[in-house]
Amino acid sequence: MLRRILALTIKEFIGILKNKKSRMVLILPPVAQIIVFGYAATFDLKDVPVAIYNEDNGEISRQIVARFQGSKVFHIIGNLESNGQIAPVINLKKALIVLHFHKNFSKDMAKGATGKLQVILDGRNSNTALIALNYVHTILSKFNRKWMHQNRNIRIPARLVVRSWFNRMLDSHWFIIPGIVALLTIVVTLEVTALSVAKEREAGTFDQLLVTPMTPFEILVGKSLPGLIIGLIEGTFIIFVTCFWFEIPLRGSLLVLYSGLFTFLLSAIGIGLMISSISLTQQQGLMGAFMFLVPSVVLSGFATPIANMPRLVQELTLLNPMRFILVIVRSVFLQGAGFNLLWTQYVPMALIGIVSLAIAGFLFKRRLY
Amino acid sequence: MKTSQKSLSRMRLSGLIKKEIRQILRDPSSIGIAFFLPVILLIIFGYGVSLDAEHVPLGIVIEQPSPEANDFVSGFKDSEYFDPVFFRSIQEAENALIQRRIMGIVWTRNDFARQVLKGKEAPVGVIVNGVDANQARIVEGYITGVWMKWLVSYARSHGLDIMAPVEVKHRIWFNSAVRSRNFLVPGLIAVIMTLIGGMLTSMVIAREWERGTMEALLVTPVRVKEIILGKVIPYFFLGMGGMTLSVFISIVIFHVPFRGSYLALGFASALFMLTAIALGLIISTAAGSQFVAGQIAIVITFLPAFMLSGFVFDINSMPFPIQVITHIVAARYFVSILQSLFLAGNIWPIYLVNCLWLAVMALIFFLIIKKKSHKRLV
Repeated sequence: MLRRILALTIKEFIGILKNKKSRMVLILPPVAQIIVFGYAATFDLKDVPVAIYNEDNGEISRQIVARFQGSKVFHIIGNLESNGQIAPVINLKKALIVLHFHKNFSKDMAKGATGKLQVILDGRNSNTALIALNYVHTILSKFNRKWMHQNRNIRIPARLVVRSWFNRMLDSHWFIIPGIVALLTIVVTLEVTALSVAKEREAGTFDQLLVTPMTPFEILVGKSLPGLIIGLIEGTFIIFVTCFWFEIPLRGSLLVLYSGLFTFLLSAIGIGLMISSISLTQQQGLMGAFMFLVPSVVLSGFATPIANMPRLVQELTLLNPMRFILVIVRSVFLQGAGFNLLWTQYVPMALIGIVSLAIAGFLFKRRLY
Repeated sequence: MKTSQKSLSRMRLSGLIKKEIRQILRDPSSIGIAFFLPVILLIIFGYGVSLDAEHVPLGIVIEQPSPEANDFVSGFKDSEYFDPVFFRSIQEAENALIQRRIMGIVWTRNDFARQVLKGKEAPVGVIVNGVDANQARIVEGYITGVWMKWLVSYARSHGLDIMAPVEVKHRIWFNSAVRSRNFLVPGLIAVIMTLIGGMLTSMVIAREWERGTMEALLVTPVRVKEIILGKVIPYFFLGMGGMTLSVFISIVIFHVPFRGSYLALGFASALFMLTAIALGLIISTAAGSQFVAGQIAIVITFLPAFMLSGFVFDINSMPFPIQVITHIVAARYFVSILQSLFLAGNIWPIYLVNCLWLAVMALIFFLIIKKKSHKRLV
């Protein structure tokens, strides 16, 4: 039995690696993508273009502008002369923010009254706008606090002392890059498995395989092993880049991480083979792979949180193995979590894997249509 | 004789198109891809994809109940952004944070009331779970908002002169309610249509080679140009149908405002659809076999459109070399066009620049296809 499985596995590997183009597709894109996506995927702002419309030109408004100039987040692109210039600057995306100081801003403040500052933001990407606005508030509330203390000798009744755990600088790369480990692993696994049965069905060689002494179970194992081995190798490579190139701290144990990766691969392979054995043609196999891959990435919590989804969609994500592996990878990397905190994530993935593998094996001999 | 061979023949072309349409109708998976897939994906994603945190489970620790502490905390109870969970000690709250049951902690210590009354800037501890840095920052912003509101109302009720020296009034243009769905849904259209274009065409030429029907075509007087056009035209119309449905759903179901011109949208969509279909044909021609074509399509259509188009991750925040790389992702231009047309209206300079890029990409893609296609046996 082992010999037969081994023979099939070797044949599968030859099928995948024989073709030069196919080999390149497996190796080059993950390498390029972990680097490119690792840098690309960020929610942090830098060099946000700011235009100043200063009708006041007093000492205090200039002090505030200087605070924006000194911040790494903002980049002042110039001064506006009239109200009419605001719209074009925002519309054409020359500036994300316009700071508008009203006339008498400095005078009002010197008198002890409130200075009015209008902030106009481009809301076409409302997430960027919201984060930029938070930075504006941070700069101004620091200014306010200092001003009150110096000029009016007043202290506010309570202030916030904010700390963030696990990611002190709130660098969003730390959130996204460990997620890319899961993202690229599932893509590679689907590439290897989703077309593997459909291709043989179309060529007619699968029927030949079925009349050999191999049992469906042996075929299943033989078809799964290449995906598992390639997935583990590429996963390891990506974890390596995450740790040593992007220097994301790996605070937990490798055992916890790899148990997660293994369970995840099992579920991805199961689903890939299931899609493949349902499909009659490779076109259908590809369609099935996309039908699974795209929703499972978009609704995994990779970029947008599951907690923000409506209840029904949240329940749907319980069928998505990526949802669970993302929690595992991120918790192991940033939080150093162990099995005691994460076992609830392993169980559903293992179940998805077992059920889908069983269905795939069952469908080898029986076609749906 | 020679001239008639060089030019396109309408008869040959229409024959090829008819054949392709018949093939599409017989294997309904193409129609499914073009019409049902965008609708299903857009509806699921449109509901599922949101960056707006609401009902964030927030741990609140009151070490010593007092009127001041209760007053401070009541702001979190009233806020639609938070679902407060109360703890008596910081240890319990920290455990809940580690177990991912709460996203953040607001911690008033036992001398909170005394320090507030003395005006001693009572420190309120705020801990956010930084694993999801973006959400953490948004939650931090919401907490700051509640705190600022409290400062104003406290000052008013105690007759204190702590009116903020600088008062900020903000206006967020184009999306005043700051609904992330308004920019994510137009972006999703671009991502989904990239997929559809790639899926529709990435296999069609490889399939002809693999099944040997290409050889049959080779012995006919059909020109390479006609074979390509015969593939592009039917799938182009299929894709545009899916696109129309997607726009309809965005406006009718998701209530994304559309402030631009439909004609401009149609033109930009046509350009984008051409690039998406051309990309699929390049994959198909270059791959040679359906198996490799499928693999390439999985790798180079979806992920780049998802990560590098500016649909969730703002291109302006990326490092410069990566920004340069995003220029080879057609979805990038279409996302920019869609977000502007939907939310801001007809901003012609942005529209035209992006259309120009799309046109250039389509042209390059078709030149590549023409160069790579050949009418001979390999």
